[in-house]
Amino acid sequence: MKRKRPYLWPYLLIAPALLIVLTVVFYPIINTISMSFQNYNLLQPKRIGFIGLDNYIEVLTNEKFWVSLWKTIVWVVAGVGLQFVFGFILAGLLNNKFPLRGLVRSVSLIPWVTPGVLIALMWTWMYDGNSGVLNDLLLKVGLVDKAVPFLAQAKTAFPAVILTIIWQGIPFFALMILAGLQGIPGELYEAADIDGASGSQKLFRITIPSLKNTLFVTTLLRIIWVANSVDVIYNMTSGGPGYATSTLSIYTFVEAQSLNMGYASTLSLMLTLVLLTVAIPYLRNMFKAQEN
Amino acid sequence: MHKRSLATNIFLLFLPLLILLLFILFPFYWTFITSIKPEQELYTRVLTYWPQAPTWQNYRDLFVKFDFVEPIKNSLLVAAMATIVSLVVSLLAAYAFSRFEFKGKKIFMVMFLTNNMFPTVLLLIPLYTLMRQLGLLFTPASLVLSYTTFTIPFSVWLLNGYLHDLPHSLEEVALVDGANRAQAFLRIILPLMIPCLIATGVYIFMTSWNEYTFAVMFTNADNRTIPVALKKMVGQFKIEWGLLTAGGIITIIPVCTMFFFAQKRLVEGLTAGAVKG
Repeated sequence: MKRKRPYLWPYLLIAPALLIVLTVVFYPIINTISMSFQNYNLLQPKRIGFIGLDNYIEVLTNEKFWVSLWKTIVWVVAGVGLQFVFGFILAGLLNNKFPLRGLVRSVSLIPWVTPGVLIALMWTWMYDGNSGVLNDLLLKVGLVDKAVPFLAQAKTAFPAVILTIIWQGIPFFALMILAGLQGIPGELYEAADIDGASGSQKLFRITIPSLKNTLFVTTLLRIIWVANSVDVIYNMTSGGPGYATSTLSIYTFVEAQSLNMGYASTLSLMLTLVLLTVAIPYLRNMFKAQEN
Repeated sequence: MHKRSLATNIFLLFLPLLILLLFILFPFYWTFITSIKPEQELYTRVLTYWPQAPTWQNYRDLFVKFDFVEPIKNSLLVAAMATIVSLVVSLLAAYAFSRFEFKGKKIFMVMFLTNNMFPTVLLLIPLYTLMRQLGLLFTPASLVLSYTTFTIPFSVWLLNGYLHDLPHSLEEVALVDGANRAQAFLRIILPLMIPCLIATGVYIFMTSWNEYTFAVMFTNADNRTIPVALKKMVGQFKIEWGLLTAGGIITIIPVCTMFFFAQKRLVEGLTAGAVKG
């Protein structure tokens, strides 16, 4: 029963996971940094070699990078922002008692477990300019007078993919916010009712402050996921038409697919730098949580 | 909460809920309807919102003409392997984090927890070259390994939360009774953790089953997973929407079923961290 060298145990226990993580995360990241300073095109293996800052200069002077950066910001702000709003509304509704609530809650989570590719294809089919159901509905209601090829024209393609990502993300927000709402003690609202507080006062004085941490963590996580998301846009438009739907993730993925790894590495590091602005507050929060 | 009148309930609860649910569920309805429409009904001038001649032909074609069984087998293999590998190593790590104090614990923990924040495309590129060098490119192993980049951090976090809620006194009793750590873990902790392991496993399986970005780069015709196979249906001459939607329905049935069974505990685990903070 004597536990000899108990201090070795924890290290042995984390060793397998650590080994995997070092091999598939940390070593590759160092590799990316190294590749970003190289001409590393797998289609021209003979020309692989260090080229200093050339990739960085090329990225920063390429108009497509700046367009993609801007698209990433719009994609994240509009996508996550509206996921938040609708997720909040859905959570608020589901927090009421009504028949079949459990079923409704489960069913409303389905988009969250649906593969991104399938989501992209389902929406592509609905947006179709010839046989798409969305055009059929809009024509019936009279909102448009001829079918709109949503994904084929630059003006409508970006809003169309954003609507799709909103649809995908509502359930996750609703799920997290609902859990937060259920953690708020009912007495708070009862006390507010006695004091004659209005609905909006209750929302801003009780609900939102109590949910602060949930909203913060969920939003930051979502921002990171949405910014990193490739499958939805790529399978709807591949970043087109033109650069209309090319976020940094898509731009990088397209470059990686053409095996231009050096340039793609530089792009992905740029995306990582952008995301660090979001990740740092999240990490700080996590550190605080670890300390408690 | 005080009682509200029926009218308020209708306008403030049922109506908005109905609209949101319509928005959330309509795409699935439309996918299903498309999958049971005969070809000629798909591209007509007048759209039908319920098929005039429903048929299972697309589902038959999917397996007979398209050989959808292969991608299903590949996806099952990859998702099952990813689940087993991630669960085992994550459970060990989470146990260490929740039950031991050791030097560097905080750094290790942050290392695990943060690494699913790296962009997929950041890891995709070096992993592609790594898999090529290791000779793993275009094998299921390359996907299993790549998926651990997001399944391990997530599972460690989730399992750590579950373990945290199991009182330490349980094992201490066993330790006092003369069992060693390993015995206490196997006899006391493991049985209690089974529901949590299932919930975590379902999540890992689900995300591996659904993954596309790594899958499209790391597979070829021999080991394509379902998401890649679905997308491949688009490539040929025209898009076979009937086949594609049938494939889509088949893809989500297993994950939805698993999710419904595991959802309660999974949601508890997911939300506990964020809510408690």
